[in-house]
Formats: sequence, structure tokens, C-alpha cells
Amino acid sequence: MLYREAGQFKSTYAQDQQIFPILQDRVAVAALLVVAFIVVPIVGDQYWLAALITPFLILSLAALGLNILTGYAGQLSLGAAAFMAIGAFMTYNAVLRIPGIPILAAFAIGGLCAAAVGIVFGLPSLRIKGLYLAVATLACQFFVLWALNRVGWFSNYSSSGVITAQQMSILGYPIATPAAKYLLTLSVVAVLALAAKNLMRSATGRAFMAVRDMDVAASVIGIPMMKTKLLAFAISSFYCGVAGALYAYCYLGTVEPEAFTLDLSFRVLFMIIIGGVGSILGSFLGAAFITLFPILLSVGSKWIETLLGIEMSHAVVSNTEAIIFGSLIILFLIVEPLGLARMWQVVKEKLRLWPFPH
Amino acid sequence: MNRKLAAAAAILGFAINGAAIAQNEQFVPANFYWVGPYAPGGSGFGGGIIDYMQMLNERDGGINGVKLTWEKCETEYNNARGVECYERSKKKGPTGATVVHPLSTGITYSLIEKATADKIPLISMGYGRTSAADGRVFPYVFPLITTYWSQATVLIKFIGQKAGGMDKLKGKKIAFVYHDSAYGKEPIPVLTDMAKQYGYELIPLAVPHPGNEQQAQWLQIRQAKPDNVILWGWGVMNPTALKAAAKIGYPRDKIIGAWWSGAEEDVLPAGSAAKGYISAGFNAPGSEFPVMKDIKKFVYDKGKGEFEDKSRFGSIYHTRGVVAGIVTTEAIRLAQAKFGKGKPITGEQMRWGIEHLNIDEKRLKELGASGLMPTLKVSCMDHEGSGLVKFQQWDGAKWKVITDWMEPDRKLVREKVEADASQYAKEKGIQPRDCSKDAL
Repeated sequence: MLYREAGQFKSTYAQDQQIFPILQDRVAVAALLVVAFIVVPIVGDQYWLAALITPFLILSLAALGLNILTGYAGQLSLGAAAFMAIGAFMTYNAVLRIPGIPILAAFAIGGLCAAAVGIVFGLPSLRIKGLYLAVATLACQFFVLWALNRVGWFSNYSSSGVITAQQMSILGYPIATPAAKYLLTLSVVAVLALAAKNLMRSATGRAFMAVRDMDVAASVIGIPMMKTKLLAFAISSFYCGVAGALYAYCYLGTVEPEAFTLDLSFRVLFMIIIGGVGSILGSFLGAAFITLFPILLSVGSKWIETLLGIEMSHAVVSNTEAIIFGSLIILFLIVEPLGLARMWQVVKEKLRLWPFPH
Repeated sequence: MNRKLAAAAAILGFAINGAAIAQNEQFVPANFYWVGPYAPGGSGFGGGIIDYMQMLNERDGGINGVKLTWEKCETEYNNARGVECYERSKKKGPTGATVVHPLSTGITYSLIEKATADKIPLISMGYGRTSAADGRVFPYVFPLITTYWSQATVLIKFIGQKAGGMDKLKGKKIAFVYHDSAYGKEPIPVLTDMAKQYGYELIPLAVPHPGNEQQAQWLQIRQAKPDNVILWGWGVMNPTALKAAAKIGYPRDKIIGAWWSGAEEDVLPAGSAAKGYISAGFNAPGSEFPVMKDIKKFVYDKGKGEFEDKSRFGSIYHTRGVVAGIVTTEAIRLAQAKFGKGKPITGEQMRWGIEHLNIDEKRLKELGASGLMPTLKVSCMDHEGSGLVKFQQWDGAKWKVITDWMEPDRKLVREKVEADASQYAKEKGIQPRDCSKDAL
């Protein structure tokens, strides 16, 4: 009843092609942005901002990056965390070595360096596919961490290989409080998410999807294979790189290469599997699920302990988390390979007809 | 419906109750780890500190009537989880988190700035950033008792002693097998500097996390035939290394472990392969110390102990946690004496307490911990406070202490600490404190 597009007529092509063709969607997105930009920083306390929402947004961006490559262009990758590491370390170096560089430019440099490495490790995708490509990107994961650990230049010859994010400021305004860091993260993520959404509606995005669906057919109709695949690697790595820079600068503050292990790559992959492969919204849903669920579980176990008086050991809670994640991933792969985003779409379709489905 | 109402009432009742009793309490977060490849260390250390606080609550009713409270949070030795646990715990209790023991070098690094901004002291006892020993630049960070760099100098000294004098080190080969993380890399600059000074050759061999694959590293050791191996491992990496050494026939008494490589949990899984292995330590194992007997009597005999497996009682990690408990509660006691007895103290006051800690032999005796830990005297200049290290050897059934407390090369360590700290201060734009002024 609420979600019905009856009466919304589109009289121009522009109207027909806008990002959110339905009025209710536009209102919802605008409301969401208002809440995220204005209400959350006012209402949210430090714990929510610094420990829950900021990492959720950052990992959403990483998931979005991987989704562009894996979900839209069909190239399986296990190197998301490596690209994040490059973004973090090169942003650090940019700020360190270029005096007076604006922080956003440093993020962009971090992202571009990740994109360059992404192109190099994307080259095997021209010859190999599927599982074999995943193994090639796995090599990227190990090689990058090895290089960051071994080459002292990346961490400015720090004895422990750790980098500490420098202080940030934008136009003289210091970004130091959790709320400021949250707003910076949110702005970057919102802009990049909008860019990704638009990219996927453009010719490039359609080329990505054509390659994903059947690369032989795509090359027959004239889509340049090399350019398209490498572009997908570059854009995806750029997104992951910026996410890594935010991870270091707006979340952890101090990072060592070990923060970006294969474990994180897998987590980002799980995000898009649970959230939805080939969906912008899915990246956010998946990231929310994977980052917030373990915390919910551990906080929830405390509630159960105090309410029911049962003591739950930490081993049980942590192992439950692994068990639930494992089963959910299998469940999603079998029942709903397109993830939470597809479920949301189904709900929307049902809502359009509700309460009169016939 | 009724059930829902009852649940709501229960929640409400709990909330009111919680508010009513949360007045005279001192909250200490227990952000450790009970799962994963590093769980033996995390659960042992965490168990020790909680057992000690529980014992004080049961025996003395807390500290001057202020009950100690804590809440566990699982960090999984993971930086991101550690930060989340820190953020979750910092506002709990009437005065917020009193002090945080991150129990991970990586998490310590991630928290240095956050904790300094929140005015919550960090105690990284035997781990963390070594240069934080310079209290002028790091007012809120305390790498208490001893640091990695101190330990590295003592390790080389010990090897020199065994060889019959430091001049005998010339031309020797020492392999350094380390956990490839901030933790393992931290001592490398000191070891290379000392290599130049004493003329030994250092062969660094990195073992990636979590360390259960070491074939390649030990093959290199077989080729290079070093005179000694320094094992700087953590968790599952330690028994794996000992087993790998046994496989290539490298003598175990030539392997000297760091203190995070020298607990029962590190040698027992290796079985007979561990016999003869030597490691450093800054606390002694054992259940015969008076303080341990008190923990047995007031906590374990009442069924409130942290360990289900009673054989872990008095193990190295357990007593190390007890030492952490002693350091924490002594600092609380000191801060209470200055800022008001019988009242919970804030993080800022706790910082003052830690900085003025002076645990001498007499106090150790009163605490029933003579020989459990070295004496400790912290100051604004020196946030380490002791630097002493002991060595112990595994005889196949238990750890036997084989040396007295050994002094580190204080001059070398201090020089490097000050150089690193001043570089950090410059990068961060921190104006180092003036230690002659005793500010809060």
C-alpha cells in the first residue's frame, strides 16, 4: 500500500533512467542520508561511532570494491585485504613524504597505488579463470604482505613494521574525534558508493556484466577483453585501497601488515556472498552482518548470562560465531546465492502488490 | 504476553539493581582471548589476573572496601576486535576502565593514541612498544617490569656467559627465529646493533602467523649451523619450532626462548622434543608462593577459579597473570592513598598510581610474592621499572630456574628508547613532559 508506484508517470528518458525511479525509494534514500549525516553523529555515543558504525562503513567499501570485481565482472579474487594494505601503507607514505598534502589526496594516492598493483595482478585474468584466478590473487595477498614486512621503506624503517596514522585535518578543521572520523568515512563511502552505482549503469558496467556472464560472447560482440578485465581490477583495487586507508586512519589509527591477513580477505568475500554478489546494497548488508553479528553475539551472551544465570564460556560464544557463519554461508550458497540483497528485492516486489497480490 | 512482561520486568529490575550496586566498585576490563592459536597465553594470563582480583575480593573485601569488578571480552588476539573491546569497556563501571592490559603487541600499538586521549592507562607487561618506557612522551603507556629490548640484551648476555665471556661471541652465528609481526620484529634493531658490537652474525628467520609451518626455516638452520637459536615465538609456533628442531637434530639446549616462548603450554605439546630447552622469564612458576596458596584457599577451594583444568594452576602464564594483578591492584592502592581511600579512582589517578609504583622486597614479602617477580620502581622517566630477566630450563616435567635475576644493558636500551620516543614525539607533534614537575 505504502510502496506502490501507481500514478508515478515518467515522461522523459531522463526520468526513466534515474538511479531510483520510484519516489518512495528516493525519499527513503534521502532520509537515510539525513539520518546518517545528521542524526547519527548527534545521537550515537563514542562506542557506537568508533567501534561499530565506522568499521562497518569501511568494510562496506571494501566489500563494494570486491563486489565490482567478483560480483559484476565475474573475476574471483582473494586479495581484497592485500589491496587494503597497499592503500593504508601508501597513504601513510604519501602524507609522510609529500609535505602539506591534503588528506583526501593522500587517500586517492593510496587508492591509485592499489589500483596499479591490481592491474599487475589482474594480468593473469586474461588467460586463466575461476579457481585458478583465485589462486593467482592469493599470490598477490601473500606477496604484498611479504613486501610490506620486508621492505623497510613502506613503514619508514619502523623497527616493528608498524605505521601510525598521522593527524588529519581538512581545510584546517582537525579530524580527531570519533564523530569527525565517522563523518569523513561516511562522506568518502557515500561518494564512492554513488559512483559505483552509476558506473554499473554505464556502458562500462554493462561490459563488466557481459564479461561475467560469458566472456567469449562478450568478446564476439566487440567488448575489449583486456581493457575491461583490467579496468575491473583497477577500479576494484582502488575501492579496496581507499577502504584500507580509512581502516588505518579513521579506525585503528596504528596498523601493522598483520591487520590485513588472508583472514580479512575471506571476511570481505563472505560479506559479498551473504550480502549479495553483484549488488551495491548487498555489499552494505553483508558488511553489516559480518561486522556486527559477532559483537551482537558476544553482547547478547552477556544478557543471556545475567537474565538466565547461565554462564557461557568465551570459547562457546566464539565457536558459535564460527559455526553460525559457516552454516549461513553454505545456506546462502544453496538457498539464495544472490544473498540478502536479493531477499530485500523479493520483499520489495511483494510490497508493491501488497495487500492485494492478485 | 505474561512471559514477555516478566522478561521486561526482569531486565528493568536488573538495570535498577545494577545501578544501585555499581557505586563502590573499581572496574578493570578483562580483554583477553580464550580461543584461537594464542589461547593458552590469553586464557592463562587472563585467568591469573582475574583469580588474583577475585582473591582480594574474597579475602579483603576488595581494596579498602572497594570491590574489584571486571568483564571479559574476547579479542582473539586481533587488532580490530581488541579496539572494539576497548571501546566497549572504557565507559563501564562508576569511573570507567581503570587500566587496560591489551595482552597483544599489535593491540597495544592500536590503543596507544586512543587510550592517551581517553586518559586510560595501558599496562603492557613484557610486551608492547618498547620506547613507551620513556614516560615523557608516553604518559599513559607502561611497558612494566621489562621490555623486548631489555630482554634481547639479556639473551645475548646469557649466550655470551654460556660461551665463557662476551668476547667469545665474536664469529659466532646466532639464528633469530621470530613471529612475523610487530611482536617478533621489535627486537631486531637491538640484536643487529649488538651484533656489530660483539661481532656475532645474526641470521633472522621470519615465521608467518600463526607459525605451524616451519619446515623451511629449520632447513635453513640446518644449512647455516648456528651456534645458538633465539626463539621469539608465540602460541602454537613454539612447540612447532621445538619439534622441527628435534627433527633436524638441532640440540635443544642451544635454543633460547623469549618469555612468550617459555611456558608449560609451549613445551608440553612438543613432548620429549622440548627437554633441555631454555627460555627467559620475568616471573617464576609455582603454586607454593603464599599468594598462590591464598588464591587456592579463597578462590579455587570455593569453586570460583578461572581454570577448569586444575593442572594449569601455578603455571607460568597463570603466575604471570597474578603478577599483572599485583601490579594493577598495588597501583590502585597507591592512587587511593593519594586521592581518597575507599573510593573508586579514575584512569587519570590510576596513571599517577602506576607512575609512583615502588614494589620492593619488603612489599613483595607482605604480598606473599617474594621470588615470584622482580622488584619494581616506576618513575616518570622510566615506565619500565625493572628490566630484570631470569632464565629457566625445561627438564621434561617442569621449568627449573637456572639463573638469578640478570641485568639488561641499560645504557644501550635507554639510548634506543629515547631516540625512538623522540622520533615518535616529533612525528606526532607531542611536547615531552618535564619530569621534574610532578603533575597529575
